[in-house]
Amino acid sequence: MTTTDLYETHEYDVVIVGAGGAGLRAAIESRAKGLSTAVVTKSLLGKAHTVMAEGGVAAALGNVYEEDNWKTHFRDTMRGGKMLNNWRMAQLHAQESADRVRELEEWGALFDRTKDGLILQRDFGGHRYARLAHIGDRTGLELIRTLQQKAVADGIEVFMETKVLRLVQDTDGVVSGVVAYRRPTGEFVVFKAKSVILATGGVGKSWMYTSNSWEGTGDGHAMALWAGADLIDMECVQFHPTGMVWPLSVRGILVTEGVRGDGGVLRNSEGQRFMFDYIPPMFQAETADSEDEADRWYDDHTAGRRPPELLPRDEVARSINSEVKAGRGSPHGGVFLDIASRRSAEDIRRRLPSMYHQFKELAGVDITAEPMEVGPTCHYIMGGVRVEADTTQTTRAGLFAAGEVAGGMHGSNRLGGNSLSDLIVFGRRAGIGASEYAEGRSGNFTLDEGQITGAIEAALAPFARESGENPYEIHQDLQATMQSLVGIIRTGPELEEALVKIEELEDRATRIAVKGGQQYNPGWNLTTDLPAMLTVSKCTALGALERKESRGGQTRDDYPKPDPEMGKVNFVERISSSEVEIGAGGNPSVRSITVTPEPIPQMPDELRALLEEAV
Amino acid sequence: MSMSSEETTSRAPDATAPQARPESQGEVVMNLWRGDAEGGEFVEYVMPAQEGEVVLDVIHRVQATAAPDLACRWNCKAGKCGSCSAEINGKPSLMCMTRMDTLPVGEPVTVAPMRAFPIIRDLVTDVSYNYEVAKRIPAFTPRPKTNDEMKVGGYRMAQIDVERSQEMRKCIECFLCQDVCHVIRDHEENKTAYAGPRFFARSAELEMHPLDTIDRREILQQEQGLGKCNITKCCTEVCPEHIKITDNAIIPLKERVVDASYDPIAWLGRKIRRRVKGTVAEAAAAAPAQGPAAVQPPPPAAPAHGIPAPDGFAPVAAQPDSQD
Repeated sequence: MTTTDLYETHEYDVVIVGAGGAGLRAAIESRAKGLSTAVVTKSLLGKAHTVMAEGGVAAALGNVYEEDNWKTHFRDTMRGGKMLNNWRMAQLHAQESADRVRELEEWGALFDRTKDGLILQRDFGGHRYARLAHIGDRTGLELIRTLQQKAVADGIEVFMETKVLRLVQDTDGVVSGVVAYRRPTGEFVVFKAKSVILATGGVGKSWMYTSNSWEGTGDGHAMALWAGADLIDMECVQFHPTGMVWPLSVRGILVTEGVRGDGGVLRNSEGQRFMFDYIPPMFQAETADSEDEADRWYDDHTAGRRPPELLPRDEVARSINSEVKAGRGSPHGGVFLDIASRRSAEDIRRRLPSMYHQFKELAGVDITAEPMEVGPTCHYIMGGVRVEADTTQTTRAGLFAAGEVAGGMHGSNRLGGNSLSDLIVFGRRAGIGASEYAEGRSGNFTLDEGQITGAIEAALAPFARESGENPYEIHQDLQATMQSLVGIIRTGPELEEALVKIEELEDRATRIAVKGGQQYNPGWNLTTDLPAMLTVSKCTALGALERKESRGGQTRDDYPKPDPEMGKVNFVERISSSEVEIGAGGNPSVRSITVTPEPIPQMPDELRALLEEAV
Repeated sequence: MSMSSEETTSRAPDATAPQARPESQGEVVMNLWRGDAEGGEFVEYVMPAQEGEVVLDVIHRVQATAAPDLACRWNCKAGKCGSCSAEINGKPSLMCMTRMDTLPVGEPVTVAPMRAFPIIRDLVTDVSYNYEVAKRIPAFTPRPKTNDEMKVGGYRMAQIDVERSQEMRKCIECFLCQDVCHVIRDHEENKTAYAGPRFFARSAELEMHPLDTIDRREILQQEQGLGKCNITKCCTEVCPEHIKITDNAIIPLKERVVDASYDPIAWLGRKIRRRVKGTVAEAAAAAPAQGPAAVQPPPPAAPAHGIPAPDGFAPVAAQPDSQD
């Protein structure tokens, strides 16, 4: 370690930004290859948003339905993503997730078991077979704790509560490190590395009602863009159909899809199971058309077709939205999710312990006796940093990305359970890709000092203003803008209005005044999160304006149908790095982002044939 | 939710559009500890009360309006990450899972940082002690797979055998059990030789894990200070995941490490618990010549970082219990 007046410097072969499932899995792999590895996280170890994943991790283990295999998982993933997926990522994911899940078990994870003692799997939306390995409804916690304990055992260094501000390039433009500050002290720290992996998660905190923790501020998406990397399909944002709606203070907190997988049904204020009215043509052949048929399916998948409550999330979220709009919603603006009338109280408490807990303690509702009120909540961004499937390398040399921050894997809509499997499949691949890149690079490079000092000066500028904007108000105004203008249903004029408002907010963000010191100061911390939130919100609005169709996580009221031509392209967003304004206005902001339709990679015929197989 | 007809025609209506905040329902008075390692004091903030809120909601409104630099650690605000631990009206609790309407109406709500750990600033403490203890726990070391397991690809374990460890793996590492444990809370010097309830639960989880092969009994007794726990169950009382730390983790561990014939705790343990991985005879054979566990009576309170107790502050910490 070296220290200057302004910052200390640490050197590693591989530096990973983010300590969720993807970041930790990448670190384990890179360390196993013998490379010096550091994980930098803005929270404490073990607190990343991965802990909030509930229902399970999707992998074609075939423990419950022997017929299941990677080909079916691949097919389900592509269809769920409305064919916008990077086919190679979807293929690798389907082929490798089973091994990655078994590996977790070898590292200490304790999944629920089948009668034969193997890993139990549960049903989820869009998956043809019961496929989600799970531990009750706290699978994300198990995943992160397993990886955390493995990382600790392997001696991986973790810099906790250290917020990364910017990527730093070397004098040749290769990504070669990051500049950050320690939240407890406010001291700046630079990590110099032969390769950098972004594993920063999602963007949900730009919306008012979200299942995301405070960390979901799009840091990795924005930093990649600022460094000149490509983003794809940023308009594709998943609104999970079932978030809590009441009390208002907990609105948005996730209610696992496992409730529906385990038999729960959606009803409107008239008591009707309305999902039967919303089965789209693409899924008609495989979805039950009567309650009797749907109910037979839970016990035996050959006795009937799937219940419509288990359609992919985009379909269910839009249907709930329509019921509420039509005046058939619940008292607090959602619909009813009923498992109380369908399963015994004991079963519910055993299968869904944290849901039972959450409703009892936060809403005063006993889910074994009464229905839950639920509605859509901003949950996940399918779009993200453009990566090469096998190595996770981005379009910038030295920079890799895995997990939610990477785009392509899920197309326009992610299936439940495919996120945790994404983390471990591509976390591992990122660890390998970044290690190989680091091994091929000498340590003789010099960081661009201007980028470091620029980022530090920008971060400190708000302390110099005696009065100015309040960062919390800018954040609330951004959330209100995104919620009402870039929400689940979008229109061209509203998106244009959103872009105007976001630019106004970017202007205001350059005038923020921070009170207090640098030591554990949430007002300052939020101020340093805002530039990424604003950049990413802009990317989502821009992409949504250009994609003039409705597909998965992009629904345009003025273009209500999918457009086959648009289904053949990714919308790629990029800047030239000279367009990043650092320092002058206080924070990084991006004045011009280009949006370009580019053809999605073409699938080989043998994979295409899998998609066309009869259901 | 209600939406006027003007709104529905002027733009696409959306079930997730922002709603107005509910009408304020009077006021709440928050006494929040402000300060750093050098010292500090409780500062009063008066906020409008709103229906259904938890303590963390009110803290966030204090930050957004009155005290933007008020330090508070949190992540998920859904009781799943264990970041927002504090002492609310003297009781170690998660701020995100404590509803305002469960606290006495009309009385100020006092929020202090966890007392067992050094202060960073305001409500945020330095919990690195816990991460250091975690590093000293011998890693999970599974047995090899059988031929059958090699063939099916994964281990075989019965549900009933994984459930005992699964209970411990519900732990969200909020460290409230560490905070309330008087061995740590009142004795800074014990931290070097005492793992604390969270990590006894971790060791118990590994001891009960159907695949793990390591014998942790000697380390628990010699290095992790298992004997210092005098099973007052304070940890169980504050656990937001309702893990029975004392009954299902600590007592079974004690039973394994001490001489089964002479230890009253082991006797108590046998009375109130069910299954163990090894037999009592094995435990006795592995831990010869051990006397009764070294139990320390709780000493007088000596706060780790000198925060004055607010009015009504009643530490949940232990009273001497039966086995002394």
